[in-house]
Amino acid sequence: MKAAIYQYAKPATGESAIALVAASEGMAKFVSGSQSLGPMMNLRLAQPEMLVDLRGIAVLRECRNEGDTTLLGACVTHAEIEDRKFDDGTQGLMPYVARGIAYRAVRNRGTLGGSLAHADPAADWISTMRALDAAFLVAGPHGERTIAARDWMTGAFTTPLEADEILTGVRLRRLSPAARWSYYKFNRKPGEFAEAIAIFLDDAPAGVCRAVVGAIDGPPHLIANARELIDHPDVARLDPHLDAAGLESGSYEYLVHRVALERAAAMIRENRKQL
Amino acid sequence: MKRTATMKSPDRPQGIGASLPRKEDDRFLHGRGEYVGNIRMVGMVDVAFVRSPIAHGHIVGIEKPAGLEKSVYTLADLHDVQPIVANSGLPGFRPSEQHVLASGKVRQVGEAIAMCVAATRAAAEDIAAQVFVDFEELQAVVDMLEARREGSPLVHEHWSDNVFLETFVDANPDIDLEAIRREAPIKVHRKLRTARQSMAPMEGRGVVAHWDRRLSQLIVHTSAQMPHITRTGLAHCLGLDEGQVRVIAPDVGGGFGYKGILLPEEVCCGWLAMHLDKPVRWLEDRREQLTANANCREHDYDITAYATRDGRLIAVDCEANVDSGAYSSYPFSACLEAAQVGSILPGPYKMDRYRCRTWSVATNKPPILPYRGVARTGVCYAIESIMDAIAVEAGIEPYQVRLRNLVEPHEMPYDNITNKHFDSGDYPEAVRRAIAAIDLAAVRARQQRGEPDGRRIGFGMAIFCEQGAHGTSVYHGWGIPMVPGYEPVVIRLTPDGILEVRAGVHSHGQGMETTLAQIAHEVLGIDTERVRIVLGDTGVTPYSTGTWGSRSIVMAGGALGKAAKELRQRLLQIGAWLLREPLDSVRWEKGAVTGVTGRRSIADIARTWYLAPQMLPPDVDPRGLEVSTSYQAKRDTGTFSYACHAIVVAVDTQLGKTDILDYVIVEDGGVLINPMVVDGQVFGGAAQGIGTALYEAMPYSEDGQPLASTLADYLLPGATEVPAIRIEHMETPAPYTEFGQKGIGESGAIGSPAAIANAVNDALRPLGVQVNQLPISPRVIVEAMRTATPTHTANGIPA
Repeated sequence: MKAAIYQYAKPATGESAIALVAASEGMAKFVSGSQSLGPMMNLRLAQPEMLVDLRGIAVLRECRNEGDTTLLGACVTHAEIEDRKFDDGTQGLMPYVARGIAYRAVRNRGTLGGSLAHADPAADWISTMRALDAAFLVAGPHGERTIAARDWMTGAFTTPLEADEILTGVRLRRLSPAARWSYYKFNRKPGEFAEAIAIFLDDAPAGVCRAVVGAIDGPPHLIANARELIDHPDVARLDPHLDAAGLESGSYEYLVHRVALERAAAMIRENRKQL
Repeated sequence: MKRTATMKSPDRPQGIGASLPRKEDDRFLHGRGEYVGNIRMVGMVDVAFVRSPIAHGHIVGIEKPAGLEKSVYTLADLHDVQPIVANSGLPGFRPSEQHVLASGKVRQVGEAIAMCVAATRAAAEDIAAQVFVDFEELQAVVDMLEARREGSPLVHEHWSDNVFLETFVDANPDIDLEAIRREAPIKVHRKLRTARQSMAPMEGRGVVAHWDRRLSQLIVHTSAQMPHITRTGLAHCLGLDEGQVRVIAPDVGGGFGYKGILLPEEVCCGWLAMHLDKPVRWLEDRREQLTANANCREHDYDITAYATRDGRLIAVDCEANVDSGAYSSYPFSACLEAAQVGSILPGPYKMDRYRCRTWSVATNKPPILPYRGVARTGVCYAIESIMDAIAVEAGIEPYQVRLRNLVEPHEMPYDNITNKHFDSGDYPEAVRRAIAAIDLAAVRARQQRGEPDGRRIGFGMAIFCEQGAHGTSVYHGWGIPMVPGYEPVVIRLTPDGILEVRAGVHSHGQGMETTLAQIAHEVLGIDTERVRIVLGDTGVTPYSTGTWGSRSIVMAGGALGKAAKELRQRLLQIGAWLLREPLDSVRWEKGAVTGVTGRRSIADIARTWYLAPQMLPPDVDPRGLEVSTSYQAKRDTGTFSYACHAIVVAVDTQLGKTDILDYVIVEDGGVLINPMVVDGQVFGGAAQGIGTALYEAMPYSEDGQPLASTLADYLLPGATEVPAIRIEHMETPAPYTEFGQKGIGESGAIGSPAAIANAVNDALRPLGVQVNQLPISPRVIVEAMRTATPTHTANGIPA
């Protein structure tokens, strides 16, 4: 199938991009890497009348070390993260995750912001940003606002982002050099979306020890205090968290998420090197 | 563009047995292939089809969008077009009528209802989106076993049930099966299911059709592997004589059987080109390929085998169903798959008694078509699962049970229990070599040790023989619209000594342009760079049933060998005259007529025939330097290549993931024309078999909706899923073919699923877990682990 007809604009500033979408009465969409929206348009599941391409806006590609925090512009690509083109401050977590996203061809075009705004529950960044407790920076016709990680994804493919708002980037607290992490993704074959994701992040100097259960029906599930899961290799301790994540006890989904969580816990416990 | 020469030195072997780099690599590996999608014609318009969103229902009305009526065509507009009918002569077969656009009723999601035409595909889809179809929905027939139950809704309402054909093979009926059932020391039973798959060639189907006013001829470019059969079918449906139709299949990006059927879309585009007087194009997109057109593979087996205490087969008794979908496709019909199950289920084994009943069942799904391996893949899975079950009961290794039952080399040629004539080979040796190559003893030791990561190791094997290039005596009994006969080839020299070979088979990845050139070199000594292979165009190639059934290198290769020998004789006669020597003093050497006084090259003689005929001998053969001939093998019951696949897997029982650790194939394709091309064929087939075993499934909802409409949902194995396979060749010359070659085009896809399934079950057996369906997805293993109960016995007979 071929996409329905649409207009295309590539403005140079965020203001003009927002103005274009605001004037469209809901018929325009922002686009960056087009790795999700493109196929949906080709299947005519999405039929926007106009695409406003954000890749011409230089500020959305900016990344900088701000001292305690890192700012990552929304339009950085998965490949740029994978290739460590900038100092993301996550002690190797983000490059590791990026390397497992789809295929290099997709990573060359797909963007961090695009993935987060699309909010596919099985995608990697949506769970990773929850584990990193990212702040989501949003600009719209009425100014800028910041949305906390816990409030970002409200359901599958659903965020608080208004149609005329842009996710401009995320701000992450920089992990201390002593921070440990583990990331376990289960998928049918490399490049496919995840069937289960589990992440542990233990940054003792910052007082952070959390885990995330991802690739579930809704938003990723945060385990705010994951200390006991790291300290005690006891599978039964995982179950209350899986129940809390809304997984149906005994189902296939429950079983594979439990294995992912168990394996991620073992990896961080053994401080196993992430290759 | 000038071709760059492939790597070779003047002395490099180019004949039979040489691993010559493919002549076609230059264009394929540089992205310069010419496919239907590359064709551009002035004034060309694009077609999009309105397709049924429901699986089963009556069409109450079709409304064309106002103002666009002339851009939309329904069957009412195509009233003079005949439906596609693929009958079979097998007694009891019920043919279906597949109208090229739905006629009052739709029987599958994706069935074409209307054809919309515009300057671009996108604009045609805009029109299609505005066509309103009013349906009266009917209950869909989705599962083949439920379709056979009393009271099931009917796919074809004028039939009494949903069965295209029932067959029954009852071999050695004098032997009392009831007594065997009572007395056999070993009795094993399995219910097995293979998923419906969607063949997924890299290139989908596609058509560019136009009417040539000068020739009064419809010219159809189409991605097809059997262009002459397509032409016959098109001419019939469109009411044209065959001289008015020329089919050109340019480069074809994978055939696998999917390119062997006449599509309603081809007929529609042909009709439209005639009526619009413009070139018309339809290119199948991946969604149409996955959901609308043919599927394959969906088998269900209820199989029981009886054996002696030491594992010798006594009898096999089976009921098999094949989900044939809604229509009988042209030309193979809806029953080829199931009926073939009945005849080939015994595999390469000896047994006393055999019985098999099969049903080709109609459902509200796309037609099922022969896919690489055809029924053999499912059959191999069924019989090899049963052989493993017998091995377990007998307490012996899987290879031992095979060695006890395989046809022995000293018994060749061997007529098996269903009268298949195994031509030659040493089946047990293939098993022994595979076991040695995989080092089974080491695998068993590793299983005993256990894995540090907790995965379970499993070993599995499968052996099968593959009937290929079977001809008239096999196919006339099927009574389908085509029967292969004498395979033709036309060869001729150009004045500068280039050999043109025109054959009716086609090449869609098989490297035929190389292997046929090697055969020409073998006979004539001509450099393969000076051989041009012309395929795929009914305007310039002789009529053939085309490429299917692993037949081309046997049949077209045999015909070419015969033609080249005749041409050589004519060249010798002229060459001797030019050398002023008697015929019996010259010989053919290094591509030239060589006598006592000198040499005359092919080019010398060709130049003489065409441009200096005054120098020809007075008694020269007036047929000149063009030879048209055709070929049948000495016996047309087919070549039987065979292979043993041996596989080691690691199963992550917690996540249900299966990884292939080692994979060995010992293969006997007779005399190999080009071992590298054969390896490529085997690798490609095995990759498809891995898809069948572990990944590929086209699931359907209860109301007949296909649930995998993109390749994100329909998983194909990729580079990371296909291991480095080790191939060993045996070369037992085929006794009945021109050079001893056998057809092996489908082989890789046949043994792989059975061997992988056996390996997974070997890994899971100590846990009391058994998997009896394909593909073996993580979910299947996790569910089997979860529901495993102690009452589940190894022989499959409820405790």
